[in-house]
Amino acid sequence: MSALSALARLEAVRAGRAQPVATVRHVHIADAPLVLVPLKLAGEAAAPLAVMAGAAPDAPSLLIVPQPRNRDQRFAFAASLARLVLNHVETHRGEVEELPGKDGEVRLRYGDAPQLLVPNRGGVRFLRLLGRSTRFRSTEGAYAVDAAVPVLGRWLTWFADRHDHPGSSLLGAATELLRLHWATGQSSLEDGNLAALMGWIDPPDGLDGPSAAALAEDPVRWPPAGPATDPTFDNEVLAPAIAAYDRSGGDARARERLRAAIETQVTPTWELMWRAVGLLRALPEAAGVARRWERDRDAFTHYHQTFGEAYPQARRDPPVRAARRLHDLERAQEAYEAQRAFDDPLVMAEQRLTGAAFGGVVTECHPERLDETGKRPKLRPLLRVATGDPVRLEPGTPVCSAARPALKGRIVEIGGGGVLVELTGGLGRRLVPEAGVVPVEGDRVCFTSRTEGSFGIARFPDREDTPWTHGGPPEDYVPTADDAREDWS
Amino acid sequence: MTETAPDLDRLRGGAAPRNHDARTIAALTANPGCARRGVMDAAGVDKDAVARALGFPAPFGQSQFAITRGNVFEQQVKADGCAELLTLLREGLGLDVPEVAYDDLETVAGNEGRELRHIRTRRLLARALETGEGTLFDHPLLRLDIGGRPAYLEPDVIAFQFAGRFHVIEIKSFAVVDGQAEPEQVAAAARQSAVYVLALRDLVAELGHDPERVSHEVFLVCPENFSNRPAATPVDVRPQLAVLRRQLARLTRIDDILAELPADLTFAPGERLAEAVRTVEARYAPECMAGCEMAFFCRDEARACGATGALGRSVRDDLGGLDTIGTALALADGDLDPAADLAETAAQLRLASLLRAEALENAEARRAAEAPPAPAAAPAAAIPESRAS
Repeated sequence: MSALSALARLEAVRAGRAQPVATVRHVHIADAPLVLVPLKLAGEAAAPLAVMAGAAPDAPSLLIVPQPRNRDQRFAFAASLARLVLNHVETHRGEVEELPGKDGEVRLRYGDAPQLLVPNRGGVRFLRLLGRSTRFRSTEGAYAVDAAVPVLGRWLTWFADRHDHPGSSLLGAATELLRLHWATGQSSLEDGNLAALMGWIDPPDGLDGPSAAALAEDPVRWPPAGPATDPTFDNEVLAPAIAAYDRSGGDARARERLRAAIETQVTPTWELMWRAVGLLRALPEAAGVARRWERDRDAFTHYHQTFGEAYPQARRDPPVRAARRLHDLERAQEAYEAQRAFDDPLVMAEQRLTGAAFGGVVTECHPERLDETGKRPKLRPLLRVATGDPVRLEPGTPVCSAARPALKGRIVEIGGGGVLVELTGGLGRRLVPEAGVVPVEGDRVCFTSRTEGSFGIARFPDREDTPWTHGGPPEDYVPTADDAREDWS
Repeated sequence: MTETAPDLDRLRGGAAPRNHDARTIAALTANPGCARRGVMDAAGVDKDAVARALGFPAPFGQSQFAITRGNVFEQQVKADGCAELLTLLREGLGLDVPEVAYDDLETVAGNEGRELRHIRTRRLLARALETGEGTLFDHPLLRLDIGGRPAYLEPDVIAFQFAGRFHVIEIKSFAVVDGQAEPEQVAAAARQSAVYVLALRDLVAELGHDPERVSHEVFLVCPENFSNRPAATPVDVRPQLAVLRRQLARLTRIDDILAELPADLTFAPGERLAEAVRTVEARYAPECMAGCEMAFFCRDEARACGATGALGRSVRDDLGGLDTIGTALALADGDLDPAADLAETAAQLRLASLLRAEALENAEARRAAEAPPAPAAAPAAAIPESRAS
């Protein structure tokens, strides 16, 4: 948060409607994302009650667990969900691209990747726990489950893992994606309610944001977007319906009644999800999105191709893997923040406000200036940028152009309402800059000190060389019968 | 207390007082500076009933599935004189607990009166401190001095005496999966436990013993992974204790607040209830929604007067502590000359406003230049009549 986003909230209050905090879309939205609206039984860690799923607004499947405390029914549910999710994964690989890899080898990358969307962070957490509770199951022996169940568990774990990765679009929570682009006139706590958030962004005809959000807080009109259900619904509708199902001994009509009751709770969220997808899709895509989606496709290709050789993901990462993962996340965070600012002046405005970047008009330009102090002359154009921004950078700080990050420079002096920048890179190879590369007088420019790439490549020991400070080399994981037997009650 | 101040029984309108429970404790620790909550809790007012009477019922319904699950788990842990709990303490944590005695202090000979229960708690704990007798004391009724008034606490915990020290054992039904639980739930449990540790320490000190005989290490008993098997985790609540002590020390004395209030003030249901509630100042923050029954009423009030705090504490901080939305917007628009102490905040807001406008204009221009006009998805149009004051 910053004064800028706080101001956007105030403007939303004044306008009675959400205000943009981004001018472009910073997230990939697939042509056919798999939307999942999961519900769980209250009080349990990850006892699924239902999930509405589908890759098109008019074709949802509703899977339910009529008696969520029944282990067999849970695994039957997990198996049906597995077929649905795995089918989506397999049908969204696209054409295979062949890329030059290391040592002249060919590297493969799928042309597409599956995208999962859930309503909120709770949905992500639920998928993560569902993945954890299914991935170690055994498909043979006394507690055998359907072969698809542990496969689902591993994929869900992988998706939840990618969700932690800044800039990844493989598993998205609608509330987070919307908040990345709009600020509402309510608190971030209230933004966690998808219906209220959508009410501010896109109120129905005749309503403004606050009144739409107020209606959205009525759980009868807008049931919670899950995974937790409305307690009143639990007590007055769900519990009697489950009890009736139990008494009937699994009668189809009782099951159908239960299903219909649950459907009333997920359908409004289902429709909100597709409206949210539509709103996001209508925004122009930011330049960096395709690049980040490429990274997602790389990760997907790798996981898909090595799936058969690997064990389920460990309960806890061993030290080296944990350190490597943390490093990757930090690097991704830095790159993501930098790219978003390059792509979007409204995000860059945050940096300008804090003095890490500055923007203004070029008032003076020496495009062919040479630095002849060294052995060989170097092309070092000078620019003076008039700015009213509160620049908090020291002379000597490296900066780059927001419009073209390859154009690098260094601050020479600050003062008198302007900044003198010496350009040092991205000018071409010759002693005369390439045409159109150096801004000219009267151009609007923006330079920032935040660049990507300050994190070097990861240098971590191999697993076998884990230092004693970190417990020494971890034992190899071998699946045991205990894993498969774990209670799920 | 001055003579004109309303007395606590009158505030309650003659209804029976309510004890502090997990929720009021959470609200106390989350928002200690709220006078409204402070007075209502000190008087033991049924805030839920008040909120309902005001037309802002608190959405704290609990699903019967969650209640059942919680009760089943607690009963299971406590069954057969806490057999399972003792196994956990002995084997899970390696404590050498010798013989065991279990005392339930929930009722005293069928009587649930709080004075009586508190006296029994005191007596048993005094004996335990002197002689070392007794191991597990379930449902102790404690008292804590809050804002200069004693408040009864109804903790759903067990005081566990081991090697001359007391530990608080809290049974919670949220799952610990692979050694990790939801951070918010653990944090809430730790905050609550800290309150009980503090209350226990007060009691021990009153009884003439070293308060350090109540350990800062509490035991959290939760279901493990996806099963019903309990697992105990020691939690060090020293940080929470420090925060709590500071908050309690800073708490405005309830008597001082009362002295400012009209003598005939009462929260009894009636036409003047809303007016009566408004007489006592609230300090609303969105966090109140998680713990205070009055939250929806206070939110409505805060929104109506355009308080920046209704948007979240961080928003208020980002606005340099400005309290009203109208002032902040006027400063951002450059329509208001700031006072000297606001000059910096005003400059920041003005710049933020200009940068936002510049970026949005450029984006608009670019979109207009680039593409054939697409249906506008981003709502940018302002509705002038709802301009906040």
